[in-house]
Formats: sequence, C-alpha cells, structure tokens
Amino acid sequence: MARIAGVDIPRDKRIEVALTYIFGIGKTVSKQITAEAGIDPNKRTHALTDEEIAKIRDIIERTYKVEGDLRKEVGVNIKRLMDVGCYRGLRHRRGLPVRGQRTRTNSRTRKGPRKTSMKRK
Amino acid sequence: MARSLRKGPFVEEKLIKKVEEIKGTKSVKVIKMWSRSSTITPDFVGVTFAVHNGKKFIPVFVTEDMVGHKFGEFAPTRTFHSHSGDRKAKVVKRKE
Repeated sequence: MARIAGVDIPRDKRIEVALTYIFGIGKTVSKQITAEAGIDPNKRTHALTDEEIAKIRDIIERTYKVEGDLRKEVGVNIKRLMDVGCYRGLRHRRGLPVRGQRTRTNSRTRKGPRKTSMKRK
Repeated sequence: MARSLRKGPFVEEKLIKKVEEIKGTKSVKVIKMWSRSSTITPDFVGVTFAVHNGKKFIPVFVTEDMVGHKFGEFAPTRTFHSHSGDRKAKVVKRKE
C-alpha cells in the first residue's frame, strides 16, 4: 500500500496514472514527477520500492500544492472574489456560470437540477 | 486572452491625473468616471470612485484586494429581480 500526500492509496495501476488520483496532480505533472524521480512511468504502484515511493513523496511535498492545501487555496480565491464584490464574485454567490456562458439553456452543472416552473395555460 | 505585458495595464490617463489631484489634497471626494475598462492600479487604493453602469454611478471604494481588476467589474450593468409568479402559475393550473 502506497500512501502519498495524505490519504491516497492507488494500487495496481501504472504510477503515472495512480498519481493522478491525488487532487492537484494530473497527467502532465505526474509525468514530470516520474521523470524527475527517474522511475519508469509504466511501472505498477505495487512494484515500486519503498525508496522510489519516498522519492515521489519528497518531490510532491517539495514542489506541488496538493489536496487540502490546494482546495483551501481555491476556496480562498473564490471567497476573495465574493468579498471584493466584483462580477465574478456575484456569479459565484448566485451559483451561476462565472465565465460569461449562456444561461438561457444549459449550465446545469452550476445551477443544479432543473426546477420547473409551471407555465400558465 | 491576456494583454501584452509590453503595453502594461490599461488605465485611462485622465483618471490617473484626477487621482493624483485628489491624493495631493487628501480630500474625501468621489471621482465620477465612465472608464469601466480601466484597470485598478495600486495607486487607486483608498479612493472612492463613482463608476457608471450605463444609468447610474455606483460608488466603489477601492481596497487592496481589488487591484488588478477592472472598474466595470464592480458596477453591474444588468438587474435581475427573479422571475415573477412562479407559485401563482402553479395554483392557477391546479384549479383548472
């Protein structure tokens, strides 16, 4: 069992992929990490030696903001927008799309499930 | 698409002049302005602006956090007061 950056325990997958289970690490970063650690990205997680895992852990800790810290940072950024009272903040407050998308239709991700208002006959 | 760094942030020149004037006198005056696309620079912190939204002037007190934003972001141009009669419509339909 490999425990990297807190709670993530990916196993049986190639490390290149397994690392992306950590919040804040995607494929690109994961590739960079394996390259820097000098590990074959196709190696499975369970096949890694303790040393290699320690190496990965060290690299992540040193260079990347990940999991809780990253989530906190994102939250703080959004909160800043809301506190400052700018347009983007207002959109966040209302739970509407922030980047100028249409809202006549779609944007269901932000608005949540449909609330149908019955039209008069 | 980000603006070229070579040009620096866009700020209307008249505005800079006005701010300098006000900062010199230390008076608490509101600057009326229409230049919504001007970037807020660190020099503007602590000054109140009245930003035009197409109809009215919205008072905006600039704080440190606002630096880097545009003035227009703080003066919404649209008003939305929720849709009317959602509940009423339901009642009417039930009666039929």
